[in-house]
Amino acid sequence: MIEDLVVRYGDVVAVDCVSMTANASQVTALLGPNGAGKTTTVEVACGLRAATSGTVRLLGAAPGTLAVAERIGVMLQQGGLYPTARPLEWLRYLARLYPSHADPAELLDLVGIDPSTRTTTRRLSGGEQQRVKLAAALLPNPQFLILDEPTAGLDPLARRNLLDAIAQRRDAGMSILLTTHQLSDVETLADRVIVIAGGRIVAEGTVADLIGANDAMSFTGPPRLDLIGLAACLPNAFRVEEPRPGSYIVHGPPSPQVMAAITAWCAQQGVMATDLAVGCRTLEQIVIDAGSEPS
Amino acid sequence: MSGVTRVRAHAGWELRLLLRNGEQILLMFIIPIALLIALDLMRGGEIDEQVPTVLTVSLIATCFTSLAIGTGFERRAGALKFLATTPLSRLDLLLGKALATGALAALSFAALAIVAAFMGWRPGIDWLGLAAFVILGGGAFAALAVLLAGALRAEAVLALANGIFVLLIVFGGVVFAAADMPPAIGAVVGLLPSAALADGLNAALTGGTLPAGALLVLLVWGAAGALLARRTFTWD
Repeated sequence: MIEDLVVRYGDVVAVDCVSMTANASQVTALLGPNGAGKTTTVEVACGLRAATSGTVRLLGAAPGTLAVAERIGVMLQQGGLYPTARPLEWLRYLARLYPSHADPAELLDLVGIDPSTRTTTRRLSGGEQQRVKLAAALLPNPQFLILDEPTAGLDPLARRNLLDAIAQRRDAGMSILLTTHQLSDVETLADRVIVIAGGRIVAEGTVADLIGANDAMSFTGPPRLDLIGLAACLPNAFRVEEPRPGSYIVHGPPSPQVMAAITAWCAQQGVMATDLAVGCRTLEQIVIDAGSEPS
Repeated sequence: MSGVTRVRAHAGWELRLLLRNGEQILLMFIIPIALLIALDLMRGGEIDEQVPTVLTVSLIATCFTSLAIGTGFERRAGALKFLATTPLSRLDLLLGKALATGALAALSFAALAIVAAFMGWRPGIDWLGLAAFVILGGGAFAALAVLLAGALRAEAVLALANGIFVLLIVFGGVVFAAADMPPAIGAVVGLLPSAALADGLNAALTGGTLPAGALLVLLVWGAAGALLARRTFTWD
């Protein structure tokens, strides 16, 4: 739980009055443009950085205390490995720091690293290093998992496996705080999304809430379609707009019947409706808008 | 999981990585032994005077150069930052490093002593004095190493730690004693931790009177280094 968190670096306010809660059995995604304050927020939650003001509690205690450190797992955005260590010996060493832990060799297997490899971590590929870092984060069987850009540098299969591993932990009751620029990961995993820009929260809710999935649909097609004609073939309460040339939003509760009506009308007009989707904006658009708004 | 277990785990981890590193072995074992043999060949027949000199070189190499470079690169790799999120506290980390460095210094000393014994070294050791200077001297250089490694980029630490090491050995009262220098220069050099350590080890290993001033110099350097390191050290 974070309440009214403020972090200043000299005169620069990196995090400005942020409040948020990450619940058990949920993935909470923290999104935002570069320099938004995501990593600073995460580092305060990990106990790596002190808050200028505000309250931060993890699992009922202050970050940085032994009670918290024994029950959280952390995957940092940058670094986090001993370059001259081999993966298994690194995990075995870390295991000695925790009161209870998973089996290091099994964890490496899980993330797709051969436990018997004698290759040191600096000679692993970027994706392999990410996987060793994830194994280290999962090692203490944490109740709270903090992942800062976990899928950066991963190939598609490794990324899929990693997302599956995270989802399994979430389903087993783990609370997960995730920051990422991979918005498809957020759509796949996140139960709750918090968008941060200029150190402030600018939007929050479920993915469906944020993209407007409960009250709009969108599609693209040729510019200047007959909006009145399209609205006429939809139920009365529906409204159609073209906010940008060739980009259409149909306001009203999505349903299979309405989607079918839209594509049928487009077929009658001899045009192809592409990118037909529930919701009226994408997470990408939300993050771009957040970054471009004056702070 | 007790703090003692974590400190032991970290000390073991550091020792394991250090003993696998060829550059560290060169710095802590090969160079001091080569220096001992070289000094013996150059000066001849003064092994009792050469062993304290070489032991001083070995201690500075282990507790300062090697520790600073290792810590600097661990910091650059984000390893220390990650460890700060685990149950290993800053104190656990520092104690673990101290234990590993102390063990390495002991190994290095043992190796030197064996080689020196083969070369005819028969010392009259003041064990209490030796322990005092090794602990205070090693501690002072370790504090300076952490100060350097915790505030600068790894590449800068590498260059500075090696540069300072060479300067201290050649001009810092180790190979050439401060007492043999012109009085004005000798007085200044005598205030360096390298000269104080060399004087102290020389006295402890040759049965001379222990220099209390040298102990004080090491104490001041150690305390100042530790205080400054505490203020300036960052994990990343």
